[in-house]
Amino acid sequence: MGTIEFEKTDRAFRKEILQQPEGKVFTACFACRTCSASCPIAAVSDRFDPAKIIRMIQYGLREEVLASDFLWLCSSCYTCQENCPQGVRITELMTLLKNMAVQAGHVPSGIRAQRDIVKQEGRIYPLDDFDNKKRKKIGLPELPTSCDMAQDLFSEERGA
Amino acid sequence: MNSPLRYALFLGCTIPARSRNYELSARKVAEKLGIELIDMARFICCGFPVKSSDRQSALVLAAYNLALAQKEGLDVCALCSSCASSLTETAHHLAEDDKARSAVNERLAKAGVQLEGPVRVRHFARILYEEIGPERIRSHLTKDLSGLRIASHYGCHYLKPSEIYDHFDDVNQPKSLDTLVALTGAEPVQYQGKRRCCGGPVLPVDEQTALTVAGQKLDDITEAGANAIGLVCPFCAVMYDSNQKGIGTAFEKSYDLPVLYLPQILGLAMGFDRKELGLNLNVVKTKKLLAPYFEES
Repeated sequence: MGTIEFEKTDRAFRKEILQQPEGKVFTACFACRTCSASCPIAAVSDRFDPAKIIRMIQYGLREEVLASDFLWLCSSCYTCQENCPQGVRITELMTLLKNMAVQAGHVPSGIRAQRDIVKQEGRIYPLDDFDNKKRKKIGLPELPTSCDMAQDLFSEERGA
Repeated sequence: MNSPLRYALFLGCTIPARSRNYELSARKVAEKLGIELIDMARFICCGFPVKSSDRQSALVLAAYNLALAQKEGLDVCALCSSCASSLTETAHHLAEDDKARSAVNERLAKAGVQLEGPVRVRHFARILYEEIGPERIRSHLTKDLSGLRIASHYGCHYLKPSEIYDHFDDVNQPKSLDTLVALTGAEPVQYQGKRRCCGGPVLPVDEQTALTVAGQKLDDITEAGANAIGLVCPFCAVMYDSNQKGIGTAFEKSYDLPVLYLPQILGLAMGFDRKELGLNLNVVKTKKLLAPYFEES
């Protein structure tokens, strides 16, 4: 990615992360790279590296992280978090970063679609009468085909 | 006689629509073992798919489901590992954090429910392992599944994050699923990369990467000489069962690894037939592999 120009970095990014429960201890990271070494995604893709992302936060590279496509390659498998010798809540930090990315207007279309359908229908795979017919045929109980309360439960603040 | 186990059955989104084989076989096995699974019509999505884009809403969705179960005085049994993790994490977080629980309850009030404290959540496989236990399960098995060599895929959210699951199984050397499989006479196969994620959450973001990760496990399992994969999560099934052929095509390989949900394995050993176990709904064909166990004696 070339040279980092420190005047252009965003120190507030680091502070903002530190204020969140998931981000409180991220400064305990001493760059051992156990997270990257055990990450199943890093094992197959050069683009994803949890240790790199933590470093980028420390350098205040807000846009580079939040607008990235690599952030979304995290599969939230918790391997890094389980193995981190310093107790950094890496997986939860990734979830926090993804949320911040969405608030800043960056979200992969597949992820946005999932949220939209859950908000609309209360399920990822909406059920219709045809599904219930199939269920009944094999002896399974029918389920409601709509979930009216879903919209009430969603936060209004989200723009994405 | 043990007191009957009663749980609110949390099906989540994927199972009723896409994994009816898991649902069917789990209901049959539960009934046989004296676990009462009570259907809750008003359950909605557990929140897991929404977590990465809107974690506050995900928390509220999970809490809504917990509140419904709590109202009926029931603990929650989840079949899907992602559901188990979303519900368990939420139950823990909101039991400990009064401020967070207050904020969530404000939202829940709009849907007419409140969450009043901790709710106990258990993955179905954990109930089998801990609350029923191997001996009681063994007493219900009537068929010997010797000849089946099953590589169990534990997946990520069945055991992690470990602190919310009371460390009931070891994250690095897990054995709960292998122990249950072994009861049937089938051989539990150990393989390299046993702890690897299925790649499922990356599928909507970058299909190629997700399939590459899933393909690695198919390779490792094949190399270890297994003839079937054992699972406890429908997302993992999407990767290994639904996408097995696609992975083979993409990487110019050929796999023939039937994918069986744990209750399909146990149910087979209990004497249930193909229809009762939903085996025809499995994507990779299971007829040839399982024919010897359905032959009339």
